[in-house]
Amino acid sequence: MPKQLEKKHPLAIRWMHWLNFPLLAMMIWSGLLIYWANAVYSLKLFGNEFFHFFPVGFYDFLGIPFRLAEGMQLHFFFMWLFVGNGVVYVLYTIFSGEWRALVPVPSSFKRATRVALHDAHVVKELPPQGKYNDAQRIAYTLVILMGVGSVVTGLGIYKPTQLAWLTSLLGGYEWARWEHFWLMIGYVAFFVVHIIQVVIAGWANFRSMITGYDTVEAKTSEPPAPNSQGELA
Amino acid sequence: MSDDRDIKTDEVRELSRNEKWPGGRENTANILDEPRELSESLDDKTANREMFRRSRRGFLVGGAAALIGIFGWRWMPDETKYKLLRGTLEFNGWISQNLYSPKRLAPEFPPERITPERVNGMEGLGDGFDTSSWRLTVAGLSASEITLTLDDIEALPRIEMITEFKCIEGWSLIQKWTGVRFSDFVAKYGDPSRLTKYVSLITPDEAYFVGWDIQSIMHPQTLLAYELNGQPLTLEHGAPLRIASPLKYGIKQIKRIGRIEFTDDRPKDYWGEQGYDWYSGH
Repeated sequence: MPKQLEKKHPLAIRWMHWLNFPLLAMMIWSGLLIYWANAVYSLKLFGNEFFHFFPVGFYDFLGIPFRLAEGMQLHFFFMWLFVGNGVVYVLYTIFSGEWRALVPVPSSFKRATRVALHDAHVVKELPPQGKYNDAQRIAYTLVILMGVGSVVTGLGIYKPTQLAWLTSLLGGYEWARWEHFWLMIGYVAFFVVHIIQVVIAGWANFRSMITGYDTVEAKTSEPPAPNSQGELA
Repeated sequence: MSDDRDIKTDEVRELSRNEKWPGGRENTANILDEPRELSESLDDKTANREMFRRSRRGFLVGGAAALIGIFGWRWMPDETKYKLLRGTLEFNGWISQNLYSPKRLAPEFPPERITPERVNGMEGLGDGFDTSSWRLTVAGLSASEITLTLDDIEALPRIEMITEFKCIEGWSLIQKWTGVRFSDFVAKYGDPSRLTKYVSLITPDEAYFVGWDIQSIMHPQTLLAYELNGQPLTLEHGAPLRIASPLKYGIKQIKRIGRIEFTDDRPKDYWGEQGYDWYSGH
């Protein structure tokens, strides 16, 4: 069966994608070291707290308590690398044209719903897609906007006097911290779904994020030219 | 792998960019004109060999990069790591100092927003203190050291502000502070046009000490405070005189000031010596 190699992910995107993993991990880890010092958020339903962020056992297991100073040092170091990687990524997608594969259009939401129904085994057919389906387009664009949100809320907490207008816009100092925290929970949720989807999508898809290539079955209408096959065989 | 084959598989890199995606205008890729890059048709064996070659290279390079990252960080000497992290805090502080403007104010709140008080941090307060014997020593502001009483401070213009008190731990309170502007105090006892770069503030027992940059301490919302929420400061809140300012975390808002020294050398700082950002503010 003749095949074609398809270029999926440019080298720069692959590097930035994989770099983002340890950088985001360090931001979340150092963020937890900071959050522990005033761990006040919880999920409440009808006034009852049914999950506190986070249980004592979680902190003890990970060795988080009493590391606020270390957490702040790490957070304010890795923020540069995390933000830098994100900014270069966005600029790269703009100037390389990769944005065409990544952003949604208004009708994407309709198709993304069908992708979700497909993934839930409700419908059989996937809508037509390019490199990414429309659910991916929305998710990958949203996570970038979340990154912008983390920078903005982070600045609102970091410099609440000099950027008082920004902090006020976010609803005040305490709201900014709350928003910063929930964006982190959002990344964790993204990560969990992402991993599940990668596992379901299988090896070839995973490999394409490392090599940049995937194989597709060649269109059978035109058999490979004997000349080129002869050279390559 | 022979050179011959290398040359041949290189041809795979020549991908055509004019393939269309399926689905026409029902496909976002076609709406946005997403390019598609496909190699020429290859037989199974060649395609698999090419993918294997690329996978091997990708995993080797990626694995090596991951190992360098993990062990580079792990085995980095503590001293180097400390310099790197500390240096970054200093760099961040430098940016913040350069972008700083004394015209930008922290928000002030209406009285109904005032929250209950909270006592935190007893360093430098010891057991009991006779506030009547308290004197404030000021060095480096005028030609010679001066000693002031609380009456001297209270003689300066009285300022009230309801601002947010932020602890470095992450909690905050809205409190009413009453006192005098540090800048008014400087204007009365010194020459504001000839100021040092830093100010050092120390408790009478010298157990707690902080350093401030001159810009932040001269900000109109940095007070030498003697009242909290309408009452004279209690001992645990820093009687008789403390710093109150929305510009920096509570760790910098020293209680019970005994000595103020104007200096061009960066002053020692209690929590700064324990790994916290020396500036901790703005």
